[in-house]
Amino acid sequence: MQAGMVITAYIIAAVLFIMSLGGLSQQESAKRGIWLGIVGMGIALVATLLSPKVMGLTTGLSYIIIAMLIGAAIGIYMAKRVAMTEMPELVAILHSFVGLAAVFVGINSYLDHAPDLTPVMQNIHLVEVFLGVFIGAVTFTGSLVAFGKLRGIMSSKALNLPHRHKLNLLALLVSAVMLVQFVNQGGNDTHLMVMTLIALVFGWHLVASIGGADMPVVVSMLNSYSGWAAAAAGFLLGNDLLIVTGALVGSSGAILSYIMCRAMNRSFISVIAGGFGNDPIVSDDEEQGEVQPTTAEEVASMLSNASSVVITPGYGMAVAQAQYQVQDITQKLRAKGVNVRFGIHPVAGRLPGHMNVLLAEAKVPYDIVLEMDEINDDFANTDVVLVIGANDTVNPAAKKPGSPIAGMPVLEVWDAKNVVVFKRGMASGYAGVQNPLFFLDNTKMLFGDAKASCDQIASSL
Amino acid sequence: MLIGIPKEPLAGETRVAATPKTVELLKKLGFDVCIESTAGLAANFDDAAYEAAGASINANTKEVYQSDLVLKVNPLIDHPGQKCHELELLKEGGHLISFMAPAQNEDQLKQLAERNITALAMESVPRISRSQSMDALSSMANIGGYRAVIEAAHHFGRFFTGQITAAGKVPPAKVLIIGAGVAGLAALGAAGSLGAIVRAFDTRPEVKEQINSMGAEFLEVEMEEESGSGDGYAKVMSKAFIEAEMALFAEQAKEVDIIITTAMIPGKPSPKLITSAMVASMTPGSVIVDLAAGGGGNCDLTQPGKVVTTDNGVTVIGYTDMPARLPSQASQLYGNNLVNLLKLLCPEKDGQLAIDFEDPIMRGVTVTKDGAVTWPAPPIQVAAAPPKKVDDTAPIEPAKQEISPLVKYGLSAAGALLVGWIAVNAPAAFLGHFTVFVLACIIGYYVVWNVKHALHTPLMAITNAVSGIIVVGALLQVSDELNLVSILALISVLIASINIAGGFYVTKRMLKMFQK
Repeated sequence: MQAGMVITAYIIAAVLFIMSLGGLSQQESAKRGIWLGIVGMGIALVATLLSPKVMGLTTGLSYIIIAMLIGAAIGIYMAKRVAMTEMPELVAILHSFVGLAAVFVGINSYLDHAPDLTPVMQNIHLVEVFLGVFIGAVTFTGSLVAFGKLRGIMSSKALNLPHRHKLNLLALLVSAVMLVQFVNQGGNDTHLMVMTLIALVFGWHLVASIGGADMPVVVSMLNSYSGWAAAAAGFLLGNDLLIVTGALVGSSGAILSYIMCRAMNRSFISVIAGGFGNDPIVSDDEEQGEVQPTTAEEVASMLSNASSVVITPGYGMAVAQAQYQVQDITQKLRAKGVNVRFGIHPVAGRLPGHMNVLLAEAKVPYDIVLEMDEINDDFANTDVVLVIGANDTVNPAAKKPGSPIAGMPVLEVWDAKNVVVFKRGMASGYAGVQNPLFFLDNTKMLFGDAKASCDQIASSL
Repeated sequence: MLIGIPKEPLAGETRVAATPKTVELLKKLGFDVCIESTAGLAANFDDAAYEAAGASINANTKEVYQSDLVLKVNPLIDHPGQKCHELELLKEGGHLISFMAPAQNEDQLKQLAERNITALAMESVPRISRSQSMDALSSMANIGGYRAVIEAAHHFGRFFTGQITAAGKVPPAKVLIIGAGVAGLAALGAAGSLGAIVRAFDTRPEVKEQINSMGAEFLEVEMEEESGSGDGYAKVMSKAFIEAEMALFAEQAKEVDIIITTAMIPGKPSPKLITSAMVASMTPGSVIVDLAAGGGGNCDLTQPGKVVTTDNGVTVIGYTDMPARLPSQASQLYGNNLVNLLKLLCPEKDGQLAIDFEDPIMRGVTVTKDGAVTWPAPPIQVAAAPPKKVDDTAPIEPAKQEISPLVKYGLSAAGALLVGWIAVNAPAAFLGHFTVFVLACIIGYYVVWNVKHALHTPLMAITNAVSGIIVVGALLQVSDELNLVSILALISVLIASINIAGGFYVTKRMLKMFQK
């Protein structure tokens, strides 16, 4: 295939990728969107394999085919097996692969670049190598740590090293100085290696310092980094398709991080700097009163008598894997003519949109799954709200100035006539703030495992 | 401890202090229960039902009154069957829980104290959130409010709901409810669910939200006045306010079909709110239900306990026994209130009472103990009225981080310098890529903002897949020789392929699940 045709194929692929992401704007068009993406990827791969450079290979080509087949087999195997509750882990590990690939591509490009570069181009190339490897390495270890935390291999608590901000700053400064020397010396293996090591440690430390419930932000941030890593690789290879795709992915991740941060009313910097919930927050005891425990049978009869029910799930539902039982309740209530809807807080779960996927998996119709803004005004006309494994996202303390979570937009469930909170015990949420919701007169507590509780309710309906 | 449930001696009383259901609960608390024969008959609970719930039936009235703890509904009166005062029937050193009207019956309290009887008056349950489950006044008021609407509907000659029928159009009834306490809110709900247009008035502005939340219109007097008295009841208002209020009622009386008044001030005669002139201005067939008839009534024409029809055909209902007109429901709710109070009094569930004066509820409800009158209890203040002008329910605007102009302009200037520097120094080839990069970022920005929140997880998975495009770079670095570069490139090809295949496959899997 001629070089011109390869480039044209890349342009077509880039357009298809953009349309693919565009298709995700609606559930109806999303399935078409994914096919556009697959076709785009296919065109790009075929064009590359047919390009003069690759076609000229002999044994190399067979290695490539073998590597791709093994990779594809592993990928499909993982994707088939993964449970929907484990989606955050899968996404995190896939990010790390992009990061690692970016590191290798960067190093390769440094070792084996075209010999006849002008001095200016030579400098630009070196900067690109350096940045590409740096971002790739940070993404790689950061994603691995995120994976470990989500999987439970590592403690999901924020690691709290002394002077952690100064350490991060130092790592960045040293890397910057090395970049200047690296470029001035026209490339230097030691500098590149030391910087790679620093970047690996930096990525590890960055994510290790962030606690479990900030994972939606971290995973979206790493999503963004993996995009920038691909874009950097595109610059150093002079490949526009990589640049376009990387920029798309990078801005997508950045927007997701922004949405998540806004949903917690925290700045991106403060999330990345970590430490939320580490400082011991003295929860004011005056709010506390008595909670009113209830039983599954009581909740079932309350639900049967209601005309409008809203379910607000949180990470606890994912942990307990209770989505099927929740759908069971939903179906039975809808059969009785009860208006059942779901209210999803943007940061519920460990991944943006995680709750939606879990509910979809259990076959909850997506048109009754609403966003926080769509449902917040309706709580006043709701008979029963079921809070399943959510805490901070339904905390009325967010409406009080001076609370550590003040100003965070929350689901205003307390406006409903009755609220039932499914909870294991009386521990406070991630933010370490006591939840006054539990002590309200219209709140009943249903203690125990969410899955077992939902099962009992469903069988009592 | 043995609990005795006598048949209420008050004429016309249909309620009873325990139902078969509450007997079961009392037994769970460790008490034995003895019911006077036919005590629950008027409320449709026969002796057999009580026996099935585990109570014993006793036909001897005296023996029932001699139980360790007597649960009753009404204040003590002369017992017509026994030819003596109920007080004399009670066991010396025993316990009594009932409505007692302690403010009107101070002599009785003294006598109870002399006989060393510990008495708990249900109307003295302090109105705090923890005691809501024992607040019998509220549960009776709730029934009264509901029944008031039913009585009104019974005497009213038209539908409550508006209809358009083949035979013509029916306008909905208009209902005015004065006083949005428990009874008022219950009436509001009942009238609303029958389909009437409901308006409500209350001197306390803080109930506006509750009224609106039940779908009724809140009528307001154009005036500023504090009216919460701190104990959950409305207080007496100033003269100017009352004049404005009366003008509002006079205007409404001409318009509405049904007026339900609930304005009671504890220990004082009910305020006169609906004058004879207002009644005269109402259309014939209108109904007034006066729930404050027990305190003399809110309407000039109310005759307590009776239904009267005025010259212009307006029915004025002055029943004082609304709860007793729903005997099964009233007995069940009152019985539950008693059980909830006994749960507090008997924390060990051993059938023994432990009255602790440190607890504000137990202190408030106890009117005689250890031979002394302990009524009235020191007041507990509950903040019902919100502080003036400070609406603490108003949402706090998320604190926006204002970027100082200095930083903003500084950043813009730095950005401009950087672009300038690149433009001057970078070769054209690089600038071409740079253009593509900037444009792609902008396209990404617009495309991704359009993605629904519900699809954010599939979005992340598909971006995982497309970022596997880095394979294109790696493919071009593979050579026939298996040197370091080639090996690194092949590893990259492998893991990027995992991304491509895995990412697309899992996205497909997820999207398949989304269905209506």
